Amino acid sequence: MNIVVCVKQVPDTWSERTLRSDDSTLDRGAADAVMNELDEYAIEEGLRLTEAHGGEVTILSVGPEKASETIRKALSMGADKAVHVSDEALHGSDALVTSEVIAKVLGRIGFDLVILGSESTDARMGVMAAMLAERLSVPQMSFASKVETDGTAITINRQADYGYDTVEATLPAVVSVVEKINEPRYPSFKGIMAAKKKPVETLSLADLEIDAAGAGLAASATEVVSFAKRPPRQAGTIVTDEGDGGTKAAEFLATRKFI
Amino acid sequence: MAEILVLVEHTGETVKKVTCELLTLARACGEPAAVWTGAGAEAGRARLAEFGAAKVYVAESKDFDDYLVAPKAELLAELVAQKSAAAVLVAATTEGREVAARLAVKTGSGILADVTGLADELVGEQSIFGGAITVQSKVTTGTPIIAVRPNAVTPEPAPGAAEIEPVSITVSDAAKGAHVTGRVEQERGERPELTEASIVVSGGRGVGAGENFALIEKLADALGAAVGASRAATDAGWYPHQFQVGQTGKTVSPQLYLACGISGAIQHRAGMQTSKTIMVVNKDPEAPIFELADYGVVGDLFKVVPQLIDEIEKRSQG
Repeated sequence: MNIVVCVKQVPDTWSERTLRSDDSTLDRGAADAVMNELDEYAIEEGLRLTEAHGGEVTILSVGPEKASETIRKALSMGADKAVHVSDEALHGSDALVTSEVIAKVLGRIGFDLVILGSESTDARMGVMAAMLAERLSVPQMSFASKVETDGTAITINRQADYGYDTVEATLPAVVSVVEKINEPRYPSFKGIMAAKKKPVETLSLADLEIDAAGAGLAASATEVVSFAKRPPRQAGTIVTDEGDGGTKAAEFLATRKFI
Repeated sequence: MAEILVLVEHTGETVKKVTCELLTLARACGEPAAVWTGAGAEAGRARLAEFGAAKVYVAESKDFDDYLVAPKAELLAELVAQKSAAAVLVAATTEGREVAARLAVKTGSGILADVTGLADELVGEQSIFGGAITVQSKVTTGTPIIAVRPNAVTPEPAPGAAEIEPVSITVSDAAKGAHVTGRVEQERGERPELTEASIVVSGGRGVGAGENFALIEKLADALGAAVGASRAATDAGWYPHQFQVGQTGKTVSPQLYLACGISGAIQHRAGMQTSKTIMVVNKDPEAPIFELADYGVVGDLFKVVPQLIDEIEKRSQG
């Protein structure tokens, strides 16, 4: 099975994340860059499926040169090869443009299954799987907490507020996964060494025959009007329980009319 | 006045609260037209009228329930073109955001995801990076598609005609790729849905074990609240994953958020920082969650919470 896993390099949640004052895009210099956490689950699922059914896992990432670190990590987990779309003209691209670029690459390299994390920790839109399915005209199998496939048909459990739905489709398809799906492996020493020799194809927009004028911040369909740090919450009342903590909490809830 | 399409979220005939919130926002920007998919519109109509829907477009096909997301996007794209809609509002739920995504591709329009408010000229407010930054943004291309965070705005009634207008649409085969074959409902008792609830009671690492979540549930039931859990608790298998509040989980914005035994790592704060009132019970006075607390009790949750439940029950009887 030919599986493509999309990965994104994001600012570490643990570092202070901010936007640039000049163009309101993510300040990539201000925070450590890491692989989007849910993408590790997507890679793990891809690896498990190829271990069971044969085939290859190709990593696909759109991002600046630095994203090659994230690609190497994905390869060190066990993926076979990678495609890195890197072009300065992509700076500030929104989800619409990014999905167009990814769809273009997918159309070019072919796939039985595309797997993504269900959202990125920076933008948190949760739209990419749906956009790709729409662009590629293949079934959308998103928010999966379980994936089963025999190489032709695919069934997922789609996580929902009330539990889950079972959804069926035939391949090729786009899948996004939630963290319940598996436990991602750590790269082994052997994996890290092997990753250094795995092929990474780097593509520019010109290589993909995408007009640079249609990409990047200027082509974005949304615009940041302004942004500001959220003012700190007003300090609340903190009491130490001396046998009456529950009673005091109830009094507070009563003054706010919750009880 | 230009029409603002509002995709109705409903369970059978019952309109979800978030739809009333969307209608409230839509009224300020144009003429709200509700879009109802599947059966039940006749019965659900009254609620839409109460919150100011001028029209209700009804597409009755079973395809909207039988196939994932794509049929709804197809319907909205059709209506956007037919009615020259000024904007489309959806709930920022899993499905709402995905409908928005497909609609954006179909119509070449920008999306504002997870907005917490809407001002003049459809400028949306968003809370990003775990609530650290507030952004005002707008759509500059196409028909603005705006996904609104449930519970972020207060629904205000204002009567509308809610005139039903049937829409005939043939869902294309291309939109029938992902077939929904079953639904498995997991027990959550009579509790409200997590993202819709006006009160959420959450438990974290401090709860210590799965069986101890009974205490969190008891407090939730005393308050008529939904139950949430931190990632530490869901990863440990103490509570089902779909109740996880935080980054990679649900984002909630209730009137009251009650965090029990949750330290308040940034991942968790990302999912609850826009709650209106926050109460914390935690034995560690240094826990970062206290920075967010309107009211905090430093103490053992196994002592504080039972006493709180007793007090709530006493007051409700009195």
